[in-house]
Parts: sequence; structure tokens; C-alpha cells
Amino acid sequence: MHKKGIKVALFSVFLTIITLLAGCEPLLVLDPKGPQAKRQASDILLSIGVMSVIVLVVFALLVYMLVKYRASKQRADYEPPHIEGNLWVEVVMVGIPVLIVAFLSYVSVQSNYIVEAKPKGYEDKEPLVVYASSSNWKWHFSYPEEGIETVNYLYIPTDRPLEFKLYSYGPITSFWIPQLGGQKYAMGDHVTTLHLAADVPGEFMGRNANFSGKGFAENTFNVTAMSQEDFDDWVKEVKETAKPITEKKFEELLEPGHLGQQTYTGTHLEFSPPPAGHDHSEEASETPETETHTESHTGHEGMSH
Amino acid sequence: MDFFDRFAVPHPSLAIYASMAAIGLTIIAVIAGLTYFKKWGYLWREWLTTVDHKRIGIMYLLSALLMLFRGGVDAIMMRAQLAVPENTLLDAQHYNEIFTTHGIVMILFMAMPFIMFFMNFVVPLQIGARDVAFPRLNALSFWLFFMGAMLFNISFVVGGSPDAGWTSYFPLAGTEFSESVGNNYYMIAIQIAGIGTLMTGINFITTILKMRAPGMTLMKMPMFTWSALIANVIIVFAFPVLAVLLAMGTLDRQFGTNFFTMDNGGMDMLWANIFWVWGHPEVYILILPAFGIYSEVISTFARRNLYGYKSMVGSMVIISLLSFLVWAHHFFTMGQGAFTNSIFSITTMAIAVPTGVKIFNWLLTLRKGKIVFTTPMLYSMLFIPLFTLGGVTGVMLAMSAADYQYHNTMFLVAHFHNVIIPGVVYAMLAGLHYYWPKMFGFMLNEKIGKWTAWLLSIGFILAFMPMYVSGLDGQARRMYTYSEAAGFGLMNMISFVGAAIMAIGFVLIVYNIYYSTRYESRDISNDPWDARTLEWSTHTPVPEYNFAILPDVRSNEALWDAKKNGHVLFKGEYQKIHMPNNSGIPFIMSCIFFVWGFSFVFSLWIPVILTTIGIFVCMALRSFEQDHGRYISVKEIEETETNLRGA
Repeated sequence: MHKKGIKVALFSVFLTIITLLAGCEPLLVLDPKGPQAKRQASDILLSIGVMSVIVLVVFALLVYMLVKYRASKQRADYEPPHIEGNLWVEVVMVGIPVLIVAFLSYVSVQSNYIVEAKPKGYEDKEPLVVYASSSNWKWHFSYPEEGIETVNYLYIPTDRPLEFKLYSYGPITSFWIPQLGGQKYAMGDHVTTLHLAADVPGEFMGRNANFSGKGFAENTFNVTAMSQEDFDDWVKEVKETAKPITEKKFEELLEPGHLGQQTYTGTHLEFSPPPAGHDHSEEASETPETETHTESHTGHEGMSH
Repeated sequence: MDFFDRFAVPHPSLAIYASMAAIGLTIIAVIAGLTYFKKWGYLWREWLTTVDHKRIGIMYLLSALLMLFRGGVDAIMMRAQLAVPENTLLDAQHYNEIFTTHGIVMILFMAMPFIMFFMNFVVPLQIGARDVAFPRLNALSFWLFFMGAMLFNISFVVGGSPDAGWTSYFPLAGTEFSESVGNNYYMIAIQIAGIGTLMTGINFITTILKMRAPGMTLMKMPMFTWSALIANVIIVFAFPVLAVLLAMGTLDRQFGTNFFTMDNGGMDMLWANIFWVWGHPEVYILILPAFGIYSEVISTFARRNLYGYKSMVGSMVIISLLSFLVWAHHFFTMGQGAFTNSIFSITTMAIAVPTGVKIFNWLLTLRKGKIVFTTPMLYSMLFIPLFTLGGVTGVMLAMSAADYQYHNTMFLVAHFHNVIIPGVVYAMLAGLHYYWPKMFGFMLNEKIGKWTAWLLSIGFILAFMPMYVSGLDGQARRMYTYSEAAGFGLMNMISFVGAAIMAIGFVLIVYNIYYSTRYESRDISNDPWDARTLEWSTHTPVPEYNFAILPDVRSNEALWDAKKNGHVLFKGEYQKIHMPNNSGIPFIMSCIFFVWGFSFVFSLWIPVILTTIGIFVCMALRSFEQDHGRYISVKEIEETETNLRGA
């Protein structure tokens, strides 16, 4: 009866993998469109690989023991021996897992520094800074350099590092665009930074991943990645057509509820600045650099006017 | 009228009125039944005032089974709501309340009392003691837990359930975003139950360190007792953190302090940090005794001694230390930087090593054994592969950069159910079947038992494996609905089918209890499983004093020694036995605690003050009471022993 059970279990796992592979569309997280998400997807696949070996070893050992040492296969008078632990067996039992964990730790630590920095391959490019703040149950995206603000949708240029400054006007939320990279929390008392980039144009799903109350399920936003030229055109168009955001208007936007997509010129950063504190992921040396960027951009903006 | 408005449910629905009616009818039926059968005296004398660890254990078991069904109904409602896109079975508020109470009920009011049941029933028997070190404190622990659980459970009919998740992260759980009293219930009910748990921790550490049978050194303790000792040490270190945290939450919600608020210097993430400083060790409080049960069961039915006893003990000690060093892995995405994440990533993965040692030790215990497939063994053998799956996905989650993608998704939900269900729930069911004959004098039906184990496992695989997939596809957890375009429909439908199969499995457990109570043979020996440890050396049913003569122990398998190596367990003559008296104070004091908690939830300060005085009066009464216990005479022992032997 038991062998059958193991087979059922194995078959179900197999079935799940098949469904996974044969699904009409690839799973979002395993279909990365940016360098950070690629690194994370490769870490995920690597760990699935290593872990499958461990699972197979355990399953094989279990099946072997259950088949070989079940009572029905033994003599009626068989008395199992008394066996204490064996030092060498235990050294192997500890040693191999330690090696596996050490290897995965090495990969993990490396990835940590990669996902917390400007995306690889984008080091010399100037980042686009976007302030992404959440309120119940919306996302507000401020483009300080461009002087525009959107609600619940995000336009981004491809081939340029993106630096998201996250904070919240309500409960803790988590800013997540699975195909561009993993999530990070947005909180009320300090700003966190998330480094992303999009390699190719496309439409991506973005959402708040951290439960934040009644309207949480619908707390999503659309992300559109496009070439720098298209992005510039869009910014220009917004500046020509959209209305300016005022303090009064912004306070209305903060009221709990759902809003569609909206576009404004100006940003709320001027009258409702983000919290003063920063997270520790920001290297001390990076801070002045960021400031220079902002300055240079103010200059750029001045020229265009 | 205003006064009564506060007790109304803020979001009434048909389900809630039905529950109200069901609760009312059950209470009326229980009261009528007790009166009709004239059982009030029996209930009071034998159960409400008992200090006997076996009876307290059984009461923990009943509460745990009751809560299993409460939490299970929550679970099936959640899966039903998500089975199809844009379902309208539940609205957002109702769904939020249900997943919140599902988490709390399952962890704190189901798994915890189940573990407490095993510790209460098994530990004193396994170490050859006559009761726990502080029997009356033990009764108080139980009743505080029970009243905490009941207070929590009335929340959904009186005033509203908590709705900020079982983790209750502030500021969401604060008054800024959650005005209803639901989160007051969370703070107060868990506080009351938590005090009981903390006292249990102290009680069992003392019991295990001071009351072992002659000859049982620490390294001759059975593995379950070791696991209970370590779990209780973790309780004593972790639960004060919870008590302080809940007190801070209460202060924020009801007294206007600003520990976790958005403004005035409150820190959002402070709650999350302190919560997981308690919360992660809590996971090991549950899983270590479960490992202890598997060790007993696997060794018994492989008919062999446990392989690597010392490394089993060592790995549990290491797990208990590491359990306090990993809390930040619950929020790698908080923005604490690559360095901090790296540290917590490594400590988390390190836990895989001692856990792996345990898995391999169990596998090697099977080697050269003579494996018998009883129901408890079947659960244990299903545990090994399923738990391994959950364990390796835990290592995946521990890789912090990749966790940015898993965090807050169904992948995480799949992972922790994949460790808790095969890890903890299967251990409880294995243990339930294993210890049932010792408790009640008959076995649970093996055939139904095995069917249940298979059904639960198939249901489990169908319910939770798809969540790994939908998590990687971007399905966040705690969403009450999703659009058709999201493409999560198929996976969630499979999940629902799996959950329904599991529900059938749990109903079968109840049916098995009913069936076995009616039809199973009462003619069983004291040691029906041919087991190896002391709890099987005494009579079934276990006499009040457990052992007429305290056993003499030479190894960690004292009974096996006696059966196979001619070791004499019970030497000497009967002597009078000192036993504690029953007491009504723990029950009465806990009832006052219930009223105190209820009044506190609704900020009714006059009853709070009166009940606080009542609680102190109970403690004073106990302090000044002269009660030296009583003696069971040699004659009485002889009579009992002859009766039990004859039966």
C-alpha cells in the first residue's frame, strides 16, 4: 500500500511540473524582462535544481528502506539490532548539507549585493528616479526630474536604470513588478530604494503585494516600458495636456478608495515631501551622488523650458 | 442604545447570524444535557477542578479538535472564495477576517493545545512521574488558554473579528486603519492564552528537570521528553516577548501611545520585528515536539532503537538557538540592506543542517528494522517525503534576493503549510492514534485511520502544490479575489478540490472516533503497540497516581529493556502516595479573566477594575490556603492494582 503512495506523491509532483512547463504562458517570475528579475529567476531555477537532487535522494532512501525492511519481508523471528550512531555516517550527514548550504549562501550573498545596486550592465547610465508612494489603495508615481505625476500607472524607458523611492501614506505596502524584479516595502516613516531596469519594451503587471486592508486585492498598477524617445514624447505630451497637481487635489487623492489612472503635471513632493529617513541599503557614498543627479536634472529641465 | 451598539457585528452576514444561532443552540443543548443527566457535579468534580495532568491533557485535546474544525471551516471558505475568478461568495472584509482568524486559531488555539495535550499526557508518564511539578498551576494554564480561545472565538459574533492578518502588522492593525474592536480581541485574547502558555513552559521545565524516575539521567530521557524540554525552554524565552508586544499593541490601540503609529515618532516595522522575534521561535515550539512524536513512532514501528540519539538531541538544541537568530527572514524586503539580509539568509539556511540530520536519522532508524505499517507509522512515513518538500522550499525562501520574488505570494503560503501540515498536523494525528489506547482503553480503527492518512495526503498535495505555481505566477497572498485575466483560476480550482478532500479526511477522523468508540475491542493490553518507553509500562486506563511504584531506569528505552533484557522496572513494596487536591480556583480565576478580557476589549473600565480585584483575590486565597494534598493509602493502591490487573 505504501509504495503505491509514494508513487502517487511522485506522480503528483511530476504532474505539477508538467503543468508548469506546458502552461500556455510562462510564469511571471520565471519570465524576466529586466536584469534584476533575471538574476532572481536564475537563483530560483538554480535552487530548484539543487533542491530536487536532495528531494530525490531522500525519496530514494525512504523507498529503499521501506521496501527492504518491511516486516512482511523479514523472517518472523528476526530481531532488529541495536545500533547507536556512527561518527562517520554523522560527519557525512552534516558535511554534505553544510557544503550545499555554503554554496547557496555564497550565491545568495552575491545576489543580495547585485539586487541592491544599480542593475548590472547599466552602471554608466544615468538612472531615472521615480518616487512611488502608496495610499489606501492606490499608487502615486512622481517623476521629479520630468515634473509629472501619475496615479496607478507607470511609464518607464527601457535600457535605463530605474531607481524607485518607496514610501507610504498608509499601512505598509510592497511595491512589486514581478517581471522586472522582486518587491520592496513602502512604509510611512522612511524611504526605501528599489533598483530595477527593463531590457525590452512591454506591458507588465505591478501591484502592492503586502496586505493593506479592504481594497488590497485591487491595489494594482500597469507598467509600460518603451524606448527613451517614446518616453520623452509621452512626458512632453503630459506636460502639454495634463492639469497641475495641487495640494488640495492630492489630499482628495489620498482619501481611501480606488481611482482609475490619472495624470498630472508637477509632483506632490513639493508640498508633501517624502519622510526624512532612509533605509540602510543606501550606501553612505551614494547619497551625494544622487543629489548631484537631481541637480543636473533640474538644470536639464530649466533648459527645456 | 449607544452602549449596546458597540457589541453589534460591524459587517453582519448570513453566515454570522447562522453561527450565532449555532453557538446559542449548542450552549443551550450542553446546559440542558448536563441538567437532564444530572452531570453538573461530575463535571465539576472530575473535570473543571481537576489537577490531574492526564485529564488536563484530554481537555487540551478536546479544545484542539474543536478549534481544528473552526479553523478548518475558515480554510474551506477561503479556498471556495478563490476557486473561481471574481467570486462573490465572500466580500473583502469577510475574507480578511477569515484568513486572520484561520491563522490565529490554527497556530495558537489548535496546534498549541495539541502540543500541550501531548506534553501533559505523555511527559509525566514517560519520565515515570506521578504528575507535573505544579499541578494546580497546570490547571490554571489550561483554563487561561481555554478562556483566551473562547474570548477570541466570540469576536466574530460580538463586535467583530480581527482583520489585519494573523501577524497583525501595524499600522494596519492600529486605530488609524482598524477602528473596530476586532484587533482589541487579538491583543487581549492572545495575551490571556499566552500567560497560560508561559506558565506551562515553567511547569514542564521544572517537571522534566526535577521529577524524572530514579536512574533516568538527561541522556536517558526518551526523545519526546527531550523535545518537550527544549520546546518549553523556547517558550520561556519567547513568550515574554509576545506578552510585551501585545501590551504595546493594547497601549497603542486603547491608550493612545505611539509605538507603532504613523505619526509622532511611531515605527511601522517595530511591530513586525518584535512579532517575529516571538513568531519564529513559536514555529519551533510546534515542530520540535512533533519531531519528538515522530521519533517515538518511527522507533516503535521500525522495532528498533532510534538511530543517532545524541545527534538528535544536539540538533534540537542547535535548532532552538538558531530559532532566535532568523526573525528578519520574514521581511527581507523591508530594505535593511544587502549585508543584514546576507546574515539572516545564512542563519536561516543553517537551520536546514540540523533538520537534515534528523531526517537522515529517521531514515537510518528504518534501516535493518522490521517495519510495521500502523496508522501512526503511515503518517510518519508520509511526513518524511512531504516535509522534505516543505523544508527545501524553505531553503529556497531563505535566499534573500530570490525571496523578493516569493515574499507575500502564494509560494510562501504553500511553503509554510507544507511544513506545518506534514510536520505538525501529521505528528498530532500520528500521536493521536498512537496514544488513544493509553487514554481511552481502545484503539482507533486502523482501516479508517489509514484511509484518512491517504486522503489527507492526496488532498494536501492537490491543495498546496498548485500554490507554488500560482505564487511564481504572481498571485499575492491574502487577495480576496482576482481577475480572470490574471490566469490563476486553474491552480486555485485544483487547490479548492484538494482542500475539499482534506475536509473529508478530517470528517473521517471524527467518524473514526465515533466508530471506534462503538465497535472497537476493549480487550487490549497495556502495551498494544509493543512500544519501548515508560508510558506503556503502566496500566490502561492509567491510574490516578500513574505508577504504583516508581520505575527504575537504565536506558532511554526502559520498557524495551524490561521486555527484552530482563531489566526489572518496578522494585520494592507499595508505599502511600502523596497526591495534590483538586481545586476550583484555577477555573474560577480563568472565568474572571474571561470577563476581564471581554470588558477590556470594549474598554468597559469599571468591570475591568472589579475583575482585576477578583483576580488578585483568587491569588491571595491560594497564597493563604493551607492545602498539603492528600495520601493514597497502601490498601487503596493494592485494590486499584488488583482491579486493573484483573481487567
